[in-house]
Amino acid sequence: MSDYVLETVDLGISFGGLKAAQGINLKIKKNEIYGLIGPNGAGKTTVFNMLTGVYQPTTGEFYLSGEKLNGASQESINKKGIARTFQNIRLFNNMTVVRNVMVGLHNRPEYRCGFFTSVFRLPRHFKVEKQMRKKAKELLDIFGLLDDRNNLACNLPYGKQRKLEIARALATDPKLLLLDEPAAGMNPQETAELVETIRFVRDRFDMTILLIEHDMSLVSSICERLTVLNFGTVLAEGETAEVLKDPEVIRAYLGDDE
Amino acid sequence: MKNIGLALKKIKWKHYVNYVIVLAALIVLLIAGASGGLKASTNELVLKIAISIVLAVSLSIVVGFLGELSLGHAGFMCVGAYIGGKVAVVISEKLGGGIVTFLISLIVGGLCAAVCGFVIGLPALRLRGDYLAIVTLAFGEIVKVIFQQSKAFGANLGFDTLRYDKSFRQNFYIIALILVLVTLAVTQNMIRSKHGRAITAIRDNEIAARASGVDVTKYKLIAFVVSAFFAGIAGVMFACTFSTVQAPKFGYNYSIEILVMVVLGGMGNITGTILSASLITFLNVKLSTVLTGDLAVVKDLVYALILVLIVIYTNAPAFKTFREKHNLKAFTLRIFKPKKDPSRIRDDEAKWSNIPTKINMDELLTVDLKVQESVQSPDKGGKNK
Repeated sequence: MSDYVLETVDLGISFGGLKAAQGINLKIKKNEIYGLIGPNGAGKTTVFNMLTGVYQPTTGEFYLSGEKLNGASQESINKKGIARTFQNIRLFNNMTVVRNVMVGLHNRPEYRCGFFTSVFRLPRHFKVEKQMRKKAKELLDIFGLLDDRNNLACNLPYGKQRKLEIARALATDPKLLLLDEPAAGMNPQETAELVETIRFVRDRFDMTILLIEHDMSLVSSICERLTVLNFGTVLAEGETAEVLKDPEVIRAYLGDDE
Repeated sequence: MKNIGLALKKIKWKHYVNYVIVLAALIVLLIAGASGGLKASTNELVLKIAISIVLAVSLSIVVGFLGELSLGHAGFMCVGAYIGGKVAVVISEKLGGGIVTFLISLIVGGLCAAVCGFVIGLPALRLRGDYLAIVTLAFGEIVKVIFQQSKAFGANLGFDTLRYDKSFRQNFYIIALILVLVTLAVTQNMIRSKHGRAITAIRDNEIAARASGVDVTKYKLIAFVVSAFFAGIAGVMFACTFSTVQAPKFGYNYSIEILVMVVLGGMGNITGTILSASLITFLNVKLSTVLTGDLAVVKDLVYALILVLIVIYTNAPAFKTFREKHNLKAFTLRIFKPKKDPSRIRDDEAKWSNIPTKINMDELLTVDLKVQESVQSPDKGGKNK
């Protein structure tokens, strides 16, 4: 079971009578870039919300490296090692870039620092703050955001905000990174850059990545395997090239000939 | 020598502005006190301002940094004033009316208010915005009514607080300002740490904060508890300053007044909060001493007018250029104008009048204008034809 970083078994959720997602079985190996695609309203983001604890699944279970995680709160799921970015960027807008990343570093055991340690300014507080800042700068440097570190997050251009969101997610030291439409609103050049960034993150941080994306060029160039959702159920899954040739998938995207 | 200079440069002076303001006030008062003693009215004014600052800074934790609207801050103060004041009366029989009694009552009052803060913090985890404001508003009123109805605290008339020893009362302003410093230190140290970052992250985006592993429950409770603790301390200071504690004082209006101090000072700006708390309290006290008799009716009107004018001045677009010319930064720049090193003047800064040219300006300016007229006249004549 723990061959897989993420394994979902018959995962599903219904809101009242509406079955938003059902029978989702994902098996994601370590170091894999896995795509989750489907037409609008297929339930992709719902799956993400279940995996991060925003929604509690009504059926099925999911396991991170063999550890059952459903029923846990968002905070504890993040502590166990699932980090995410959002479809509509959610940064801490009124904080500087470096502080955004430092919030991500918050829970790491090496930066543990009690409330009263900080209030009374004991030596440990200064040590931890210094280390956190250094680590945050390292992360920003990797994403080319070091020069913007003292700007407010809301003043960054769009592409950099996306990068900052990924940097913040990585700061929480996850085992699995969930990217929700990372290329939304980007031009082809920015998308190409993003592909490089995602590959780089995978190699550098030894990361497993699950991403939702509409941009087929990005999906076909980066994802090793895919799951296609339609109306909350799995339509197809497997190797990227094969799945994209599947007539069912093409019909779901382009419609029937009638 | 160089090392000291470097070390001084490294210190972030911005972080210590607030302490400097309060310490300067304390020193001025100490000198005034030593050279002839403070007038009773000045003493009372200083105490009122100190209480306001503690209240406003503690409220700014919840409103400015956590981003939740709390309208029941006077309720926490009420708890501190009643319980701290009563504890002081009870224990003074054994410990006398000195600083020991005061400190014990201070801690008991603060802790009781902190417990109330915890209780109010619990619904705050589920409610947001207006709904939380309603809950805190109700809390403030309920606390007030409970104390007003309880016989142990003198029901409607309130109770007489402990009359502290004269030496303690006369020097109470020193202790009050030290308490202001403690409040500032705890608040700022909390905000400028990873815990404060977590609190401001919740304010900026709660969903993202949760997804980044911030324990929202814990930090909301911490913010409410710390805020309530210092409101309780302000309450005990209040009970120590005035001879009676009566519930109607801690009504809805007082909560709003504290909120006005925070909003006027700028959300999440502690220096601004200190200044606006001092200003508003000063204004209130002065207005009620100046406008006596029949004029007392217009006190609220004048107070409101001044607030409206301040808001218009700080926000209206019409005053924008005026503000930019006459703000604190421009003022300090005018006083400490950096000396210009001629070698460092950039091209676009150089004054054109200083540049030697071959053109004789005087000659240019005294050109005979009649010549031009004569050139123009045939043209005009031509048009007339």
